[in-house]
Amino acid sequence: MLKSPKGTPMRSALAGAALLACLAVAKVQAEPSKSFGLGRPATVEEIEAWNIDVRPDGQGLPKGKGNAAKGEAIFAAKCAICHGDFGEGVDRWPVLAGGGDTLKSEDPVKTVGSYWPYLSTAYDYIYRAMPYGNAQTLKPDEVYSIIAYILLMNDVIEDDQFELSNENFTAVRLPNEKNFIDDLRPDTPTLKQAEPCMKGCKTDVKVTRRAQVLDVTPKNEDETAGRGAID
Amino acid sequence: MSRKKKKSIETDVTASRREFLRSSIAAGGAIFAGSAAAYADSDPAITDLQEWSRYLGKGVDRAPYGVPSEHEKHVVRRYVGWLTASVESSVNFTPLHELDGIITPNGLCFERHHGGVAEVEPEKYRLMINGLVEKPLVFTLDDLKRFPRKNQINFLECAANSGMEWRGAQLNGCQFTHGMVHNVMYTGVPLRYLLEEAGLKTNAKWIMPEGGDASGMNRSVPLFKALDDCLIAFKMNGEALRPEQGYPARLVVPGWEGNMWVKWIRRIEVGDEPWHAREETSKYTDLMANGKARRFTWEMDCKSVITNPSPEAPLKHDKGATVITGLAWSGRGTIPRVDVTLDGGRNWHAARVDGPSLDKSLHRFYYEFDWNGAPLLLQSRAVDSTGYVQPTKDELRTARGENSIYHNNAIQTWHVKNGGEVENVEVS
Repeated sequence: MLKSPKGTPMRSALAGAALLACLAVAKVQAEPSKSFGLGRPATVEEIEAWNIDVRPDGQGLPKGKGNAAKGEAIFAAKCAICHGDFGEGVDRWPVLAGGGDTLKSEDPVKTVGSYWPYLSTAYDYIYRAMPYGNAQTLKPDEVYSIIAYILLMNDVIEDDQFELSNENFTAVRLPNEKNFIDDLRPDTPTLKQAEPCMKGCKTDVKVTRRAQVLDVTPKNEDETAGRGAID
Repeated sequence: MSRKKKKSIETDVTASRREFLRSSIAAGGAIFAGSAAAYADSDPAITDLQEWSRYLGKGVDRAPYGVPSEHEKHVVRRYVGWLTASVESSVNFTPLHELDGIITPNGLCFERHHGGVAEVEPEKYRLMINGLVEKPLVFTLDDLKRFPRKNQINFLECAANSGMEWRGAQLNGCQFTHGMVHNVMYTGVPLRYLLEEAGLKTNAKWIMPEGGDASGMNRSVPLFKALDDCLIAFKMNGEALRPEQGYPARLVVPGWEGNMWVKWIRRIEVGDEPWHAREETSKYTDLMANGKARRFTWEMDCKSVITNPSPEAPLKHDKGATVITGLAWSGRGTIPRVDVTLDGGRNWHAARVDGPSLDKSLHRFYYEFDWNGAPLLLQSRAVDSTGYVQPTKDELRTARGENSIYHNNAIQTWHVKNGGEVENVEVS
């Protein structure tokens, strides 16, 4: 009754992991799968309750629609306290709009407009995690409206009456989609290129940068600000 | 015990060992083996009757769940306020410089949450498998514990560990530069058993684990990894998962970035395409200098760090016998080799890996030497079982620029100064 998983053809994104995959598949097929008779069938209602994910091809989009004019009001009421009225971000909360032409700069601003590859990510994430502290409460029309407003703020659309819906959602493409590439590691020398040097590897060694110059390490309850973020 | 005697014990404990050494040499006491010269007077730690030697201690059950010695209260996770907007979507750090061996105690495993700690009631815990399966299934926690179990010791490292250090030395402490890693023995069910119980359809290529927390954390994991060595774990180091580590059940994805190890896991959807969720597009993608961004950078590269001495753990003794220790790990296998330099990379010495050398687990290394008391520029460099060599920071910056945040596995430099103080630095 149960099938052994097939060796799945690797997508280009997975080329680097192809060898690993072959090994894994070989191992799996060597051990016949068996049923333990555990668990119970999920009901249709249960799957509907939890099946909230949305993919770039539109799988998972619920029926609904909304425009940026409606979205602006919802955004002001439910989102702006952290993200700012225009998606500029309050304190260290995420910036949602702008940031075009910053990705090569010293201070890249990664927003839905400047960085995100797919609009479906906005639907998936906003419904499952937003508003922060009151997740999974927005209605589909509210999510479509908020996303339309985010698109407007990012100049992806210009008409605040444009009705974004499950019907036309996948037709909206984000400008940075083409700039996502595969994992190219290892991208530094391995043993194949060179044996690491053990003796007389350098003639001169100088300290070039020091943490104490910045002095942003927490001591007691200090809250000084350093550079960078971990998210 | 007399007030006076108690005070003298506290003074001995709180004084730095260097000061203690000077005063005790003056008084004729000494700690060092090998410096047998000045032992005129005797050590009151021996000659005075200590209170713990005289009076009965506390009985059993004083703490039904045991806690560390009160002298170890400083050994805690720490938090950097300026890194994040709120504590519910934030991180704290494992105190690596206070630990030894390879296992991280459960209460010291760093935390990273995106919507706070979900307080899941175990009797209401459910795991659903849906999508491209023959029969969508729901498991209770008790159901999961009826599958054959596996034990695995694996490190979990946040992809952003050392992410604050791309542009230069910034945080002055090993806990902050490298503390987003821990190493735990997990007990759980191979994910493969659960997926096969539901019956994978022939076009299944990806899974999407999803958390039951307020961030609904979701990632795309390729099926080959899910079928290889992933677990649904319910125990860590023998006991139930801690709430902050995903109680009652989490995904274990050995060797791959910590964000994929979905905590409080409630659902796994099987699909034919990746989802491109927020945490694999907006976050956890690596922005290169040319504006391109690498995605699906799952494996954690080979990395090592000297944990002692380090800025929070200076050398407190005089010249002579000295132990350097640290951790090394790789998401691609084991660590057969760690080299240590004392002079900023002019010359390297083979370090000694001690303890278990396990696949995708932390390894503990030591290098023992006679310190002459002069300043040191300490680095460690690990090589993994695939021949991957831990790179320098400049090698990484040349390959990727300074904006990628994630996957900084560069060689770390600690500057040990006169007197034993240690600073996070970079060298030419």
